[in-house]
Amino acid sequence: MSEITTGSALAHQFDDAQQQQQAATLGMWVFLCTEVMMFGGLFTGYVVYRNAYFAGFAAASHRLDVTLGAINTAVLITSSFTMAMAVHSAQTGKRTALTGFLLATMLLGGVFLSIKGTEYASKFHEHLVPGPDFEFDPLLRRQAYVFISFYFAMTGLHALHMVVGLGLLGWLVVGTVRKRFTAAYHTPVEIVGLYWHFVDIVWIFLFPLLYLIERHHR
Amino acid sequence: MTTHIVSPKLYVAVFLMLLALTALTTFVAFFDLGPFNTVAAMTIAVVKALLVVLFFMHVRYSEHLVRVFVVAGLFWLAILITLTMSDVLTRGVG
Repeated sequence: MSEITTGSALAHQFDDAQQQQQAATLGMWVFLCTEVMMFGGLFTGYVVYRNAYFAGFAAASHRLDVTLGAINTAVLITSSFTMAMAVHSAQTGKRTALTGFLLATMLLGGVFLSIKGTEYASKFHEHLVPGPDFEFDPLLRRQAYVFISFYFAMTGLHALHMVVGLGLLGWLVVGTVRKRFTAAYHTPVEIVGLYWHFVDIVWIFLFPLLYLIERHHR
Repeated sequence: MTTHIVSPKLYVAVFLMLLALTALTTFVAFFDLGPFNTVAAMTIAVVKALLVVLFFMHVRYSEHLVRVFVVAGLFWLAILITLTMSDVLTRGVG
């Protein structure tokens, strides 16, 4: 593959392409650390209240659809795999494969959000949404309300990250079609890949924490 | 330089392991293991996250500085959760 010859690929403040690539990767990890802190606040709040309101958390968790949750976990993991393959295609300079894997990742992300959307819709039908219409067994109502609030806050913030990720992937597809990426220069593909995998990891923790509390009861 | 190129075979292996662990964590949740239900769920989630970080996110092959940042991020998260819970659990709050 050709060396970097265009000025657009190497910014003037870097010695060489390698240094530029390392700086970009490190910068992305710094951003992901701030993301860990943001989601970490929600996770910590969740752990505190799960400990205090365990009965209500378990009862409300049983109202979530495990099958859809598990399917969505598999869908997102598959999208991470196609993303990893997209990065591989970029590294080896295979443009057609890169386009295909990026589009596959977007498709799977769309499937995830669609399933999430139907889950949200059914929660609205069942009056399991924070607000005046919330309905639950009076004994555990207050505790379940806290769980459902965490459910919507955490999955909502996660879904927002998915939407941003889909936008970034679309931008990569455009860049690929315009032949911006080569085996020598494909940093944006790697960086977006890191982001996408991070969003996958958040869901890897959300799934058992939200859907799998005391499932053996009943 | 050359960034390390991971073989697609390894990606497929990691992918299949992640799917198997998802099935396992869902399966295990339907058995009463007492407090170990949570332990099992979190252990499996951590293993899955490690697989993604090390292989899909290339941390296994990345330079030391990146690893320092990854560990630092997780360390602060550990402080956040551990110190909060050590407070909550020993005060009889909630």
